[in-house]
This record gives sequence, structure tokens and C-alpha cells, in this order.
Amino acid sequence: MTTSSPNSPAGLLAAPKPAGFSLGRLYSKVGMLPVLVVLYAAFYLLTLHFSEDGSTNFITLDNSLNILRQTSINLVLASGMTFVILTAGIDLSVGSMLAVAAVLGMLTSLPGHAPLLALPAFIVAGLAMGVLNGSMVAMLGINPFVVTLGTMTALRGAAYLFADGTTVLNSDIPSFEWIGNGNLFAIPWLVWLAAAVVVASWFVLKRTVLGLHIYAVGGNPQAARLTGIKVNRVLLFVYSISGLFAGLAGAMSASRLYGANGNWGTGYELDAIAAVVLGGTSLMGGVGSIWGTVVGALIIGVMNNGLTILGVSSFWQYVAKGAVIVLAVMLDKWRQKQSGLN
Amino acid sequence: MSSIALEMMGIGKRFGANKALDQVRLTAYRHEVLALMGENGAGKSTLMKILSGVYQPDEGEIRLDGKPVRIASPADARAAGINLIYQELAVAPNLTVAENIFMGAEPRARFGRIDHEAMNRRAEEVLARLGARFSATTPAHRLGIADQQQVEIARALIHDSRVLILDEPTAALSDRESERLFEVIHQLRDDGIALIYISHRMEEVNRLADRIAVLRDGCYVGSMTRAESTPQKVVQMMVGRPLNDFYQHKSEVGAGPVRLEVQDLGSHRVRPASLKVRAGEVLGLAGLVGAGRTELARLIFGADARTSGRILLDGREVAIREPLDAIRLGIGYLPEDRKGQGLFLQLSATANTTMNVLGRHARAGVLDHPALKKLTQQAIDRLAVKVSGTEGIVGGLSGGNQQKLLLARWLAIKPKVLILDEPTRGVDIGAKVEIYRIVHELAAQGVAVICISSELPEVIGLCHRVLVMREGSLAGELAGEAVTQEAIMTLATHEAA
Repeated sequence: MTTSSPNSPAGLLAAPKPAGFSLGRLYSKVGMLPVLVVLYAAFYLLTLHFSEDGSTNFITLDNSLNILRQTSINLVLASGMTFVILTAGIDLSVGSMLAVAAVLGMLTSLPGHAPLLALPAFIVAGLAMGVLNGSMVAMLGINPFVVTLGTMTALRGAAYLFADGTTVLNSDIPSFEWIGNGNLFAIPWLVWLAAAVVVASWFVLKRTVLGLHIYAVGGNPQAARLTGIKVNRVLLFVYSISGLFAGLAGAMSASRLYGANGNWGTGYELDAIAAVVLGGTSLMGGVGSIWGTVVGALIIGVMNNGLTILGVSSFWQYVAKGAVIVLAVMLDKWRQKQSGLN
Repeated sequence: MSSIALEMMGIGKRFGANKALDQVRLTAYRHEVLALMGENGAGKSTLMKILSGVYQPDEGEIRLDGKPVRIASPADARAAGINLIYQELAVAPNLTVAENIFMGAEPRARFGRIDHEAMNRRAEEVLARLGARFSATTPAHRLGIADQQQVEIARALIHDSRVLILDEPTAALSDRESERLFEVIHQLRDDGIALIYISHRMEEVNRLADRIAVLRDGCYVGSMTRAESTPQKVVQMMVGRPLNDFYQHKSEVGAGPVRLEVQDLGSHRVRPASLKVRAGEVLGLAGLVGAGRTELARLIFGADARTSGRILLDGREVAIREPLDAIRLGIGYLPEDRKGQGLFLQLSATANTTMNVLGRHARAGVLDHPALKKLTQQAIDRLAVKVSGTEGIVGGLSGGNQQKLLLARWLAIKPKVLILDEPTRGVDIGAKVEIYRIVHELAAQGVAVICISSELPEVIGLCHRVLVMREGSLAGELAGEAVTQEAIMTLATHEAA
């Protein structure tokens, strides 16, 4: 071992200098975490304030696990989205891919088909759709917004077609029932899976050649090419991984609900994008981290959960969520000014 | 007699813990071109941004015509008659020249409509004053960089400019275009405008400036008239130490074998060209901007598709279809546009310097961080790069330090052939000297170097042999005593006999 500094595990991508103290500099390090903490505390006090008997179950272990469980599927999608957005791309099709994968997986699980192959079916279906997106972006050079807008619509249709317009139900799914309903050490498998996805994503992004290439392609695609990076391969990878994670998310939701239909996952792409952006990843590419995405997804999860416990109507929940996203990104602009490249 | 147009006194500015400017003063007179010189990071840009309202000074006073003014925004500066022409031009390509000139200040007709007639007429007047060769109704995207610059100057003139700041205006111009700009500058000076001219090019400053002011490390060093100045004196003021030998003596021509041979290499922008570079040789590629030098380099490197020709490395034909092929063969290319095509501004010094060799320092795709950091630290030491550490992002570094890191990226592949495209553009003198030293070192180690440069003294001082390009083809070759500025310019500009 040589001259590495032990306190910078983020290694090659670590940015800020530790000189002096200022709010801006602190913020540039911890990102959106304070927003999450403040939200959590605020919901605790609000649920306490509005409760009949002066107690609240918002902060209980049960409800905290609930928040994590509710966040898990979005977090898996948002992890894939983080890869894509780091290359300055976008994947609007994750909700539709989730639906197609969920329907195909559930069909596979039906008696008379291949119940044991259901889990691989979810994953392979997702991966295949991701490869389709990636090929069109990387090989044909079509704008990712357009490509995934197209596949978002087409795959939504495909999901309805595969499900024949109804819901594919199956309560006998021993091969993957554990995913949505089982626990490991009293923590739901959904949460373990999301955590595994996050750790794997972190490892790829921060520890591997491929990860650094992803940042490079997003930060400066021209320079990336002149540095001998296979830009197309990197793009193909990020869309494929987004599809793979969407397939996994499909398995998670199908297992949880013992069914799937063409309507599954509608609008999930927006929550995933919101989580990534809330986490401080730049839509211009090249800047961001998976930890930010975790915080972003938790902010959304805490809001959904807290507002529901408070009995706020879902219409107002949309308004609140939208406002928080815009406010958070305003904060982010301010942060970049503070830590800026002036 | 000339009178004082602008005085800046006791200007101070900090960024966090960094003191960018300390008690800086500057005086600009009417009917005068003041050259503002200093290494990158000396504080020229910060000072000019304060003058044009982009930054607010922490202390100090600015006086225009003897009266103190407060410049809180770029709009204030414009209203006060202070205009800055940036290095990077900001012309809207889809608007006409007149629309660009009057952007935000369009003459109005009834009902708030734009009075196009008046706008075009007044634009033509200003353009005539500048001696422009295009009309007010030309779409801006048809203009070359030099003409776009004239549009920006015209924009300043319709705002009744009293102080006009030009930030490295010739950086992207050919010599002929620069000449035209100089004429315009002289005319504006005669009209009574105070001009502040920022440039690294000593020759230009010598020709153009009436007075020279020098900054170093955020402090005002002094000023002198052109008559008092010598290049040595100015350089000494800028770097704070005497530089006895600006262009070091060329290393002896390595009588090495031919390392790179290019035969009839062409594309739709470059007519088939052939050249040879020997190991240990520095080959210059000169010519006007747009003559095809960069295009030829990119063909060799595999960055653009070629339509004809072949490339031989050490006598064997090699297949180069994309940059990665070239890199694997040991051919490096330092692009001319450092920020646009070279650096990853948001990534660390380590990521930037080791990007080409990540694969060699990884096991099963997993990076060996300690090895990469060590490699970077060695490069930082070897090239004397001023950075706060291996992990700071490179976006905040000065041009010279950025360029050194980019060079380090190419040194990391241990190149056999290194193509340098404008290696010292926008780089301060200290870094320039360092870069020259590295080039000599590489040549001495047997690397074949191709150096593209628009600075003729650089080409002459650095290269053993010079190829001149004109309008997409090789116009001629010069070697030894025959390499002079006149000979290069003749080949670069004249039709072949």
C-alpha cells in the first residue's frame, strides 16, 4: 500500500477541499442529507401534533421499515437511472419495462408454463429491453429522450398485450414469493435487494474502470472519445443496467402483489428521475453519486409516508412532492455556486 | 494630450481563503491602448470581471473620468460605457448581424415592434466604421470567428463605449485576421476610446500597446510605456525572475529511424498528404488557422474517418480506425481545445491524468487507487503542476496547470509518437517554458513529436523541421536555416507557383 489518504474512500471522484468552514462547503459534502433529516423531524412533529392521543407511530421501527419497503422499488429504478443520467442521458421507459417484465415473469410462473424460471424471466426481460434502448442510443445515435419516450409508449402497449388487458394473478409463486413478502433478520427482502443494488452500483461507479468511464463520458464525451474510451459501449451498458434493474423491480412488485398487469409502474420513471435529481446528480452528466440517489429516494419515500399518515389527500401529495423537488434543485444550484468552479 | 478615462485604486478581492487581488491599481487613458499582462492566475481576468460588473470588489475604488462609480452588475458597466469582449464569443447564430449588435437594445417602432430599418441602418454605420466586410443582414452563423468578433465590438460601440476591454482577442484568429483587428483597435484608439488589451503574445503587445501594465500573483507590479519596455523586462516583471533563455536550444536532431510515416492520408477536408517523422525529431506543422493542420492530426490519430492513405509505424503498416487504436500503438494526441476536448473538468487530477492507463492499473476491472494516485503524484512532481492534491477537481486550476495535467495523461502511455496541437495556447510563460522543456526531454528520449502551433517563434524555436499547410494541403517543407517567419508565412499564404 502506498500514499492513499484513508479518509477519502470516494477516491478519484472526491471533489471538495477541506479548507475552512462555511455552510456552503458543508452542504457540498453532505448534499441533500439535511433536507431528509429535517423532513423526517418535521413529519414526526406534525404527526405528533395532529394525533388524538399525543403519540405517533411515524417514528416507530415498524413504520421506518415501512418507509424503506415503500422506497425499495423506486430506489432500484433510481439506481439504474443514476447510471443513465451520469452519462447525460435519460431513461423514460423504466416504468414500462417494469410492467413488461412483471407481466412476462408472472406468465412464466403460471402452472403449465415454467414456474421455476419465473425469476430469471423477470431479469432477462428487463435486460433485453435495456439492451434495446442502449443499442438505439449508442449504435444509431438517437437522442435518449426520444428513444426512451418511444419505448416507454411501445412497451406500455406491449405490457397490456402480453397481459391480454387483464391482470395476471398467481398466488402460488414459491420460487420468488420471498422477494416481496419474506424477511431476513426481520428486515424485508425488498430492502435487502435495494441495498444490494445500491452497494453494487456504488462499487461499479467508484471502484471500477467502467465507472470512471461513465463519469468521463457524461462529463465530456468528446474528450472521452479522444482518450480512447469506447463511448458506445459505455452507453450500451448504462441503458442495459437500467433495464436489468427495471426487471428486478418488476419481480419485486409482482411478488409483493402476487400479480401483474399492463398498468404496473405507470409514472415510476418520474419518481426515479426525481430521486436522482434530488440526490444532486446533474442532468448535464458527469457529476453525482449513488449515495445522493439513496437520499433522494428516501426523501420521496418519507414524504409519501408522512403525508399519508397525516391524511393529506393524494392530490395535495402531488403538489407537495413537486414543490419539494423544485425547491431541492434550487438548493442544489446554490450549492454548486458555493463549491463552484469559478 | 490624453486624459485619464479610468482609474482603479486599491482593489482587493478574495475567494474563500484565496486572495485573488491585493491593492491593485490600474489607470487607462483616452487615446491609448493599455496592455494588461501577467501569467495565468495573476488576476487579470478577476480585475477585468470587477471592472465589467461580474464580480464585486471587497475593497477599493473605481473612477470614470475622475468620478467614483459603483459597478454592481454588467448592466451598470455597460451603462457607464465599459464593455468587455470575451475570449469566447457570444453571438447568436440564428440572428442577423444587426439583431446581434442590437440585442437587448433594439430600436422600437410603434406598438413595440422592432424598427428593423433603423436597426439595419445604424448597424451598417457601425460596421462601416469598423471596415467590416459583411452586411448587417447577414445571418451570424455565416461569419467566421474574426467577423463574429467584429460583431461583438460593434455591439460595444453602439453602447457608446468609453472603455473597451479585449481578452486575448487574437487567440483564435489567423495572422491576417489579427492584422485587421489591429487596424480596428488603432482606429478606436484614435476615436478617443481607452482600450485595455489582455494578451500573452509579446509580439502583439509590442506592436499594439502604448503602455504595458503587469500583474503578478494578484498584485500590481508596475507599468511602463512601450518605449521603455523590452520583452525581457516584461517577462521578468511577470514571472518575478529573469528568464535567460526563452526558447531553449533545440535538442540535437535525433538521427533516429523513421518512426511514423504517413502516405497520401486524406479526407474530404484534407488533400492527400505524406510526411515522415523520425524518432527524436520535433516536426512543426504550421499554417493559418483552418489550413487543415488539426484535421490532418486527427486523421493520423483516428479521430476522423479518412478517405485515402496509409499509416506506417516503425516501418509497418498499422490499422487506426479510432483513437483507441492509435493509443494502443503508442500514438498520443493533445487536442487544441483543452476544455472542450481534453479535460474532464469535474473529475480529479488523478482521474484526468490516468484516464488513458486505467486498464493497466486495474485487476478484473477494479481500480488500483493507490497506484493511480502514486502515478499522478509522480507526474505532478515531474511537470511541476501546482495543485492542492491529487484528488482536487481540475476545473478550478489555471490554464497552464490544466495543460500540464493533460500532457501528463499522454506521457502516461509512454508514447512513441506524440502530436501536440497548440500545446501552449492560453498558457502563461512559466508553464510555456516547462512545456518546452518536456518536449525537448521527450525528443531526447526518442519520441517522435509533431507540434502544431500558430505562434511562429514557437514553431521556429521548438521544431527541427517545419511542414506548412495551406487550404487543406501540404504547401512545403522548411528545415535548418530556411525556417524563418517570412518563409513560413510565404508558404502559408501564397498561391503555389
